[in-house]
Amino acid sequence: MSTGILPGVVAVVLVSVATLAIGTFGLRISRTTSDFLVASRSVRPRLNASAIGGEYLSAASFLGVAGLLLTFGAEMLWYPVGWTAGYLVLLVLVAAPLRRSGAYTLPDFAEARLGSRGVRKLCSVLVVAIGWLYLLPQFQGAGVTLRATIGAPQWAGSLVVALVVLASVSPGGMRSITFVQAFQYWLKLTALLVPVFVLLAVWMADGAADPASAAPASWSIPLATPGGGIGLYTTYSLVVATFLGTMGLPHVVVRFYTNPDGRAARRTTLAVLGLLGIFYVLPPVYGALGRVYAPDLVASGSDTLVLELPSLMVGGVLGAVLTGLVTAGAFAAFLSTSSGLTIAVAGVLSQDVTGRRWGTRRLGGVAAFRVAAVIAVVVPLLMSLPAQDVAVARTVGLAFAVTASTFAPLLMLGIWWRGLTPTGAVAGLLVGGLGSGAAVAWTLGTSSSSGWTAALLGQPAAWSVPASFLTMVVVSRLTAATVPAHAGRFMVRLHTPEAVDLQR
Amino acid sequence: MSDPLPRVRVTGPPRRRADVVRAAGAREIDAESALGEVFMRSLLREQLVLALQVIAALGLTVGLLPLAFHLVPSLGEVRVGPVPLAWLLLGVLTYPWLVLLGWLYIRRVESNERDFADLVGTVVPEDLP
Repeated sequence: MSTGILPGVVAVVLVSVATLAIGTFGLRISRTTSDFLVASRSVRPRLNASAIGGEYLSAASFLGVAGLLLTFGAEMLWYPVGWTAGYLVLLVLVAAPLRRSGAYTLPDFAEARLGSRGVRKLCSVLVVAIGWLYLLPQFQGAGVTLRATIGAPQWAGSLVVALVVLASVSPGGMRSITFVQAFQYWLKLTALLVPVFVLLAVWMADGAADPASAAPASWSIPLATPGGGIGLYTTYSLVVATFLGTMGLPHVVVRFYTNPDGRAARRTTLAVLGLLGIFYVLPPVYGALGRVYAPDLVASGSDTLVLELPSLMVGGVLGAVLTGLVTAGAFAAFLSTSSGLTIAVAGVLSQDVTGRRWGTRRLGGVAAFRVAAVIAVVVPLLMSLPAQDVAVARTVGLAFAVTASTFAPLLMLGIWWRGLTPTGAVAGLLVGGLGSGAAVAWTLGTSSSSGWTAALLGQPAAWSVPASFLTMVVVSRLTAATVPAHAGRFMVRLHTPEAVDLQR
Repeated sequence: MSDPLPRVRVTGPPRRRADVVRAAGAREIDAESALGEVFMRSLLREQLVLALQVIAALGLTVGLLPLAFHLVPSLGEVRVGPVPLAWLLLGVLTYPWLVLLGWLYIRRVESNERDFADLVGTVVPEDLP
């Protein structure tokens, strides 16, 4: 890089230090176990919304979207739109009942609703698998970032993120993480917003060249690449995956439990919608300006557009400062999402794997959590080393397809239909999970190909989600005798406002 | 003189607030009576219908855009100032629309819950003149 490596190094160091410092500060005001696990369920909607936004806006949002928009144009706008609209679907179908259920994680919810250890175990496996699938692109993105900004080898960035995540997660504490995540939302927003003003000013001064003129016509059409029937299918499948997938993300669900009550959970979700809407207006600006100023990056479908655009458009000290700023934002994106996912995965692993008796030894609670956190980070770190060339946003899109085919039907039917049985839930989770999982494995394993097979496997949600729903309903009907006896009472708990004095 | 016995704190099982007259509707729901079932089913149906209305509003606006661009390819050439129509709709205008839908939903859902609380939660004193 001509601007030198200094801004990148400074940004990475500052973000890492700030993250650890805020985490330590938060730890000092955490006093009780309840603080530690659920921030005493007293996080105000606005702070909580910032924290959810901070956790949610991952490398895919910060780097991936702009790069994909640069190369493929309007069809890629469905990613940010879907990731935001997912919160509207979550708001109307899941938010308040999930908080009122009193469940801390998805396996907890499944066990409480269906009274079955088997469903719980299956959900735990799914949480770990989805968490790893989602962590993989975070580590990949970190590698790409450090290579682009300071010329470090690809594995170095992944390793730095993994180490900082472990250092900040192991002392743990939901209350301290809440402050860290909230800080990182505002950092990410600033890191994209401030450069946008400068870049737009430069663009105006240069005569405001038209980004679309250099692009093919498909750049302005929001349909997936081959167009026609396949394009329409792929687009709608992505819409289904992102609209429904959000509610099943393990690291998002955990945050809902920190709300004081169901009403606050709804208000938090509305605030999240607003915060995401503000953020997602920005990546398209980078994508469009990239068409004018970074034509070299178009062909490579590059995740590094956001990082390189400031130095390409603005030289000198200002360019270096802006590069440092976007690098800081990108690094915050990896850290916050990875931390949230690591906590979610490690929580499940420590309950069901490392906390169990192995031979004659049994680890204590905190030790089990720390061992689980190491496992939660190391596995996707090793997976990220060979698979370096899949676009970050696409891998994250696949994780959404899996959650939409598994946890979305479980949550929606579990909350709104008292006829759901444990057997029906297991059957639906297996059909959705194996179907979408096989499609994901095929897509990650093979190089790009075209035609209907590739479309159906590359974007499985449009068939795997209905299949999972249908299986749950049909099998539940067939096993209607095993509807949990407490289903009616549980509906009272899920849906009645806390103000009404009822037995829950 | 024997040593004084150690003090023992005497506690009872936690009691529901016996001094408060519980609302009739809440009693029915707790007893899982037929009337309580009616209250719960009507609340569930009302909230589910509202949720589906919001999702329908989302599906009929944002959800129809791919189909519209598929059926009318010339929409891809439409521009609003310097911005292609698709970029304006999906890059900017969708977000305030989502927030508006969410805001309207919260207004309606909270008013539904207030109605429910009024219906089942109101304590009717029995000695009114």
